[in-house]
Amino acid sequence: MATTDAGLASDAHEQPGHGHSDHGHGDHDHPSYLAHHFDTPEQQFDSGKLGMWLFLVTEVLFFSGMFCAYAIFRAWRPEVFEGCSQFLNTKLGAINTGVLLFSSFTMAWGVRCAQKEQHKLLTVMLATTLSCATVFLGVKAIEYSHKWHLGLLPAGLFSYDPSNPHPVGGPNYLAYICAPFVAITIGVAIWLVVSFLRGAKFQLECAKPLLVVCLCFFVGVGLGTILESGGEEGHHEDDHAVVASTDGTAAEHGKEHAHADGDQHVDHEEPAAAAVASLPAAGAMSNDSADLAVLERLASDATNTGLQDELAARKAQSERSGGGILYDVSDDASATVASAPENVLRPSRAGVFFSIYYCMTGIHAIHILAGIGVLVWLLVRSIRMDFNRNYFGPVDYVGLYWHIVDMIWIYLFPLMYLIR
Amino acid sequence: MSAHENAQEGYDFAHPLPLPLLAGTFLVLTLLTVLTVAQASFNFGSLDVLIVMVIATIKAVLVGAIFMHLAWDKPFNIICFIGSFVFVGLFIMATLFDSRQTAKDDIPVTDDAVVSAPAEL
Repeated sequence: MATTDAGLASDAHEQPGHGHSDHGHGDHDHPSYLAHHFDTPEQQFDSGKLGMWLFLVTEVLFFSGMFCAYAIFRAWRPEVFEGCSQFLNTKLGAINTGVLLFSSFTMAWGVRCAQKEQHKLLTVMLATTLSCATVFLGVKAIEYSHKWHLGLLPAGLFSYDPSNPHPVGGPNYLAYICAPFVAITIGVAIWLVVSFLRGAKFQLECAKPLLVVCLCFFVGVGLGTILESGGEEGHHEDDHAVVASTDGTAAEHGKEHAHADGDQHVDHEEPAAAAVASLPAAGAMSNDSADLAVLERLASDATNTGLQDELAARKAQSERSGGGILYDVSDDASATVASAPENVLRPSRAGVFFSIYYCMTGIHAIHILAGIGVLVWLLVRSIRMDFNRNYFGPVDYVGLYWHIVDMIWIYLFPLMYLIR
Repeated sequence: MSAHENAQEGYDFAHPLPLPLLAGTFLVLTLLTVLTVAQASFNFGSLDVLIVMVIATIKAVLVGAIFMHLAWDKPFNIICFIGSFVFVGLFIMATLFDSRQTAKDDIPVTDDAVVSAPAEL
């Protein structure tokens, strides 16, 4: 394969081409892949590559603005970043890192295939890269919808309530995120069937890998669901300990406070738990425990949402009245109003963390979407066997873009998910 | 850059990387990811961010040098790309320095009258 003269082969290719010679191409012959203002394929490749590198420079500078915002807010409030990072699922982040690294590997392999004119293998590599991209987005869909459901939203919309972490009702965010992907998958499936029935061979060849790519999104969603539910047990103790404390386990409560105030207080956890255990349980101080029992029974009727809200409010109130006065043992000397601003989960503070989180990961996801767009273009061209050892520029340039998206995630992952 | 003699000038310039090199790079990157996740369960105090960033930078260099083919690229492309990181470093350091200097300027406003007081001149 590699021994054929790619230049000559493509020259022959150009002859049946329609209308090429009518706009002045006839006077000097050059392969169809070589634009007429370039002398050689190498010159064409180098020009394109320089342009791509300059674009990547603007990408790096573009993302640096967000990394700068991250640096400033983290320098101001390190404890907020530590506290809020607990809400990000490290397993999902790590899986996504692996998926992106693998897609980078297949992309680099794809460039090699294009250079060596392995057309079939190039198509396989591009399809694999695309599939990894959709798996990544599927996992991301689970992450986002889970957080939106909890109310872990950007500043201004942040509505997470530790005493009611699983609000009943609310829209099914996952369905909204999945809807466009479902529509695209159905569209591709219909295209596949139609092109099969009409005997359109080329279209069939394009639709087959694209259907696999679309289905991989749902593989990602499934993977994310499994990991998210698997990580829930470990999660529960940290995030939702307050729920347990309303049932009277005051020791849990002390633990929750120790967590919320960052690791400088973790050393106090054991004495705090012991001290708190000797105190009356949260909720026992207020004498509406009987009301709570009644309400709990009423609220077990899931249709009675009004009562459920009231119950949630009462729980929050009684827990706060108990916890605020008796159990804030995080700092004995200053368990006063003055210590309140230190609360990591204050909406204005935690919201800023999630603003940065959504901004950075969201724009990264938009880059993944753009990458999917250009990779689909490459996939179609590779099925058309457009690339050869003198013309592999587009594969290389898209590869560079894909690697920089991966590189940005390499920094995002530890900075967002791995803060203690 | 290598063997142009036997072919037409400006043709056959491709430099395909050997597959074991690509696969090895992927393997090392995966191992470094495992290392990053593993180190998060130990407490290194303030060195924490430094360790994480060093590992991330090693990974980024591997991706850049081998996957992005920078190790064999034209020097000008390398200068452009590395240059962008130099400017990112300057940008973030200068902003952090400024933010640290002016952080004490945050005067809490407890009384609305302070806000509504006219700035006279």
